[in-house]
Amino acid sequence: MSGASTFRAAVAALPTEPKAFFDAAKARLAGGARPVTFWGQPADDPAELTLTLVLEEAGRLDALRTAVPRDRGFHALTRAHPALHVFEREIFEQHGVKPHDHPWLKPVRSPGAGPAGMLRYPLYAVEGKEVHEVAVGPIHAGVIEPGHFRFMCLGEVVHHLEIQLGWQHRGAAALLLRRDPRSLAPLVETLAGDASVAHAWAWADAVEALAGLAASPELELWRGVGLELERIAMHLSGLAGLANDVAFLQGSAGYGRLRTTVINASMLACGSRLGRGWVRACELRLPSDRPLLEPLRAALALLERDVALVDDRFAASASVRARLDGVGALRREQALELGLVGPAARASGVALDARHGLPGALYARLPVEPVVEATGDCWARARVRMREIGASIGWIRAALDALGEPAPFATPVGPLAPSTLAVAVRESWRGEVVHALETDAAGRLRHYQAQDPSLRNWHGLALAVRENEISDFPICNKSFDLSYCGSDL
Amino acid sequence: MLKALRVLRSQGRQYIPDPRRAAPAGFRGLPVLSERPCDEGCRACADACPTDAIALAPLRLDLGRCVLCDECARACPAGTITLGPEHRMASGTREGLVLRQGAAAPPAVAVSEALARRFGRSLKLRSVSSGGCNGCELELNALGNVNFDLGRYGIDFVASPRHADAMVLSGPLTANMREAVELAWAAMPAPRFVIAFGACAISGGPYAGSTVLARELLEREVPALWLPGCPPHPLTFVSGILDLLGIDLPR
Repeated sequence: MSGASTFRAAVAALPTEPKAFFDAAKARLAGGARPVTFWGQPADDPAELTLTLVLEEAGRLDALRTAVPRDRGFHALTRAHPALHVFEREIFEQHGVKPHDHPWLKPVRSPGAGPAGMLRYPLYAVEGKEVHEVAVGPIHAGVIEPGHFRFMCLGEVVHHLEIQLGWQHRGAAALLLRRDPRSLAPLVETLAGDASVAHAWAWADAVEALAGLAASPELELWRGVGLELERIAMHLSGLAGLANDVAFLQGSAGYGRLRTTVINASMLACGSRLGRGWVRACELRLPSDRPLLEPLRAALALLERDVALVDDRFAASASVRARLDGVGALRREQALELGLVGPAARASGVALDARHGLPGALYARLPVEPVVEATGDCWARARVRMREIGASIGWIRAALDALGEPAPFATPVGPLAPSTLAVAVRESWRGEVVHALETDAAGRLRHYQAQDPSLRNWHGLALAVRENEISDFPICNKSFDLSYCGSDL
Repeated sequence: MLKALRVLRSQGRQYIPDPRRAAPAGFRGLPVLSERPCDEGCRACADACPTDAIALAPLRLDLGRCVLCDECARACPAGTITLGPEHRMASGTREGLVLRQGAAAPPAVAVSEALARRFGRSLKLRSVSSGGCNGCELELNALGNVNFDLGRYGIDFVASPRHADAMVLSGPLTANMREAVELAWAAMPAPRFVIAFGACAISGGPYAGSTVLARELLEREVPALWLPGCPPHPLTFVSGILDLLGIDLPR
């Protein structure tokens, strides 16, 4: 179906010769197709590497595939299409197959580099008598995941920021292949633990597609409710963090306690404050026979009333606006060129939202309009999140009206189709989550490509802080609110 | 000013007066293993467990590996395992996290006289995430919010290991973070201790089988407090630390 957020194809139907693949990729990218993901995996012939490029074009997902000789590599697409930079770096890092003429082939995660390897990271150096470097991390001052930031400064002004990740690398890709793909939910929920519902939903979409099953409208509505609760909770968490970082403590306390309301509502419905267990393949799970409709509606009513009060206070505070307005601005052209996704892209004027672009039956029934701001600065990213909270409250209300009191059910998943590729996209609070699962001839999992939106957005942060003061970095970082572990996997 | 007052009034009083007695509605917490003998050869729960937390004959559940996902309870044909609402599941020892069938005592934390004397009125924590998925980190941050308000007990997270009395470790401890974690620990002045927060820190959790972990620090420095869950509920942390330091003990 056009606009569906899941793509399925027989593996045998995909491959083309390298020349045809690259010609088609270039033509379609130049014609406005948007790269969704691009990865490498071992081919049947050990001397070759299989490359798969997934594109979104005219509201549809499509996949292109070829195999290139490992020793010869391939000509990088990045120079013409910078949005592919991190994917080609990842292919080189994981498989040693070189994308020739890639402008900046630096490590993505330094997998298993250990202490010595992490210290050898090729940080870009800016030279000059006036230049000084400031190194921060991997361990930061707050309760936060680790990452290393190296600022090249001229006085207080950041000329360039290098972001070195990989500290969080847990070897998730290998672990995803160790168990029956149909029972991977508890692991998938921890790939980026603040986007458990989004990742689990993309996994479930792909597994169900491989099993030849489709989620019922009720199941899709319920998953949609879980996803929007996750979005509201994390947007409140981000706004609380932003308020805290500009020392606006009433905002931090207010948004923080409202997040508690949301995650406690999630817990009532699924047993976990982080939505763990909300999504299972072909299953609608409820913890007990406790009625949920009424407490969920009550939580939404409280949120709608009290979030508006805090928003009003936050937006009217001169000290908040003085710190956020015009700081960390990323232009629309930059966001498009880098292939940014999620609120970071929307804050820079890019109307990209998988719920809108790839609506499927669910979002065709209950549409979502992308929330877009024009200025691309920290305030725009905060505004997108404030406005999306309101939109999500409305969406959940409509979904609950359509759903009524949810009733649990479970359908056995059954065997997965052999030699089939399924790619699923879901719009997490941070942007699109992409899960691609491929089976072998026996229907076992052959490859699992899980992608968090953070992977593509980190470089957006690096550009946004240029020519800003180093003291504004924390709010720039918080306004992007990217995942370290989701990127490092 | 009026806007500020409106926010204040809407907020009301948010703190949880007695965290030990709080009953979070809907929480899927401490597993309970009934006394009923398992059917010969049945291994439904162990097969369903994503983290190999369950051993059979006799049935045991290692809360240090458990992610509270409920798969075992749903797989058990006899209803022997149920995950109840109890959030008090911290343990003072690693062995204390292994649950057995029947009315055996749930995990408990004995008051440490030594730690209570030193830190009972002021405890400063340094959080270090090493492979944490931000689930644990979100809940550690939540400890400081107006609901759990850990600061009222004199317990705070601090920015520097130099100022810290205990290191709260979250995540499975990645190889790439090994040196950073060791440096942070070395920077902490004695007396000091480790708190293991979440299934990943305690056992590796879902990542126990990964080849890119380095868990030497935890093998060398035995935590004084083990906080299970994925992530642990903030109440699990508050109750556990209050028990360890003998703060506000129920009379």
